[in-house]
Amino acid sequence: MTRTINHHVRRLPAWPIHIMTLALIGWHFWLAISGHYRPDPVRMLELEYGILALQLLLATLVITPLKRFTGINLMKFRRALGLSAFFFALAHLAVWVVLDMQFLFVQMLSDIVKRPYITFGMAAFVMMLPLAITSSNAFIKRLGAQRWRRLHRLVYPLAILGVLHFIWVRKGFQIEPLVYMGLLIVLLALRMRWSFPRQPATA
Amino acid sequence: MPKWFTPDLTENDVTPEEVYFNRRKFMRAAGAVALFPTLAACESEGGNQARAEGRNELKPSPYEDITSYNNFYEFGTSKRDPKKHAQRLTTKPWHITIDGLVDKPGVYPLEDILKGMDIEERIYRFRCVEGWSMVIPWNGFMLRDLLKRVGVKAGAKYVAFETLHRPEEMPGQKLPLLEWPYREGLRLDEAMHPLTLLATGLYGKDMPKQNGAPIRLVVPWKYGFKSIKSIVRISLVDTQPPNTWNMMQPDEYGFYANVNPHVSHPRWSQATERRLGEGLFGKRVPTLMFNGYEEQVASLYKGMDLRKYY
Repeated sequence: MTRTINHHVRRLPAWPIHIMTLALIGWHFWLAISGHYRPDPVRMLELEYGILALQLLLATLVITPLKRFTGINLMKFRRALGLSAFFFALAHLAVWVVLDMQFLFVQMLSDIVKRPYITFGMAAFVMMLPLAITSSNAFIKRLGAQRWRRLHRLVYPLAILGVLHFIWVRKGFQIEPLVYMGLLIVLLALRMRWSFPRQPATA
Repeated sequence: MPKWFTPDLTENDVTPEEVYFNRRKFMRAAGAVALFPTLAACESEGGNQARAEGRNELKPSPYEDITSYNNFYEFGTSKRDPKKHAQRLTTKPWHITIDGLVDKPGVYPLEDILKGMDIEERIYRFRCVEGWSMVIPWNGFMLRDLLKRVGVKAGAKYVAFETLHRPEEMPGQKLPLLEWPYREGLRLDEAMHPLTLLATGLYGKDMPKQNGAPIRLVVPWKYGFKSIKSIVRISLVDTQPPNTWNMMQPDEYGFYANVNPHVSHPRWSQATERRLGEGLFGKRVPTLMFNGYEEQVASLYKGMDLRKYY
């Protein structure tokens, strides 16, 4: 079963993920501009892009445990999924800067410094930048696999910051962002190398 | 002139004399802005714009927007939830308990309360603590008319309000989102202010359920969460009553909650707001002190540190 899945997966290309990312960015923008997101299209667009960024981020974190626990190997899609998360985050940030804050730099800067949820979101985005830039094969070679892997461990703290950003932007404690945090904790916990022996003694 | 220096300024770039001397005036004005930002704001371009906005620009937001974008957690936390889920709320019959320090306490049917009340239209700015705003044509009567009718006793200093608690019709109340029922309060002088309204409708129609049917408070110079919906209890009390969002996160939501561009909410600046209904490219506008009702209400807070009493 796993082998047939892996066999079919191997023949699927990863590039449609990029097309879908662009299409989704465009689709939501169209919904916002055509009045479907009224009365507050700016906030809706910000929200949609932000949620997509988080969802894609979680998707990239599913790949490794999925392979480890089920043997299903989707590794070839991981880079495209990670880049997709980055592009949604970029779109989310662009909506905030251009349409929401409208280049009020003083207010934005003080928001970034003073408001923890914006600080966290901004930090998460800044941490995504080097990962997106070094995502190519050429960069893996240049950095060496070891160093590249170490750099890309940034994805764990940045995912945590991203979800905290989501929890914090909501008034009070709401359920939806906590679900994301729950999923993230599970995905991170599955990566831990538990210290108990793999094969419990049968004696 | 040596070759290595080519001037990039010409005769035309020299500041004319009269402008040069006017610079001092300008610098003095700038100094005043730095020292008394609120005062100077009235004189600056921005202030003029804001005042003009306050006078002329009160074009009501579309009915559709006002009734499909609501914070009413009793029906869910998403802005679209209340319109979807509020329709099953029973609003007839409706009673309001009026108690505490009043001459004529009792459980009043809504019809009796409305009898003889002068229902008028008030077009008010509505500013949410989240940084967006609308303009809403309310229909209602002054809270003070009701308070006068039931008779406020001497010791009363505050008015406390409660929203209906009926989880079988208000699904949000089955979740511990807030401490139910929703509660709000006003100081007695705020409650007696002629701007303070008990609203029973908008756009000349009965109050839509998602907007707080059949009767809600409207306090236009305060953030929207003060304007409690679907009221079933009004109590005159002598101590400051608890209010839901303040109970939930006291460092973020105060008792007063006056709209104030100079006092930031811990999670967002309150200096500007987005007026909804203008589409994806709607312009941010400066938030006005007391939401533009400074002239009418500033005296209520004379001598108070509005940073402390936010």
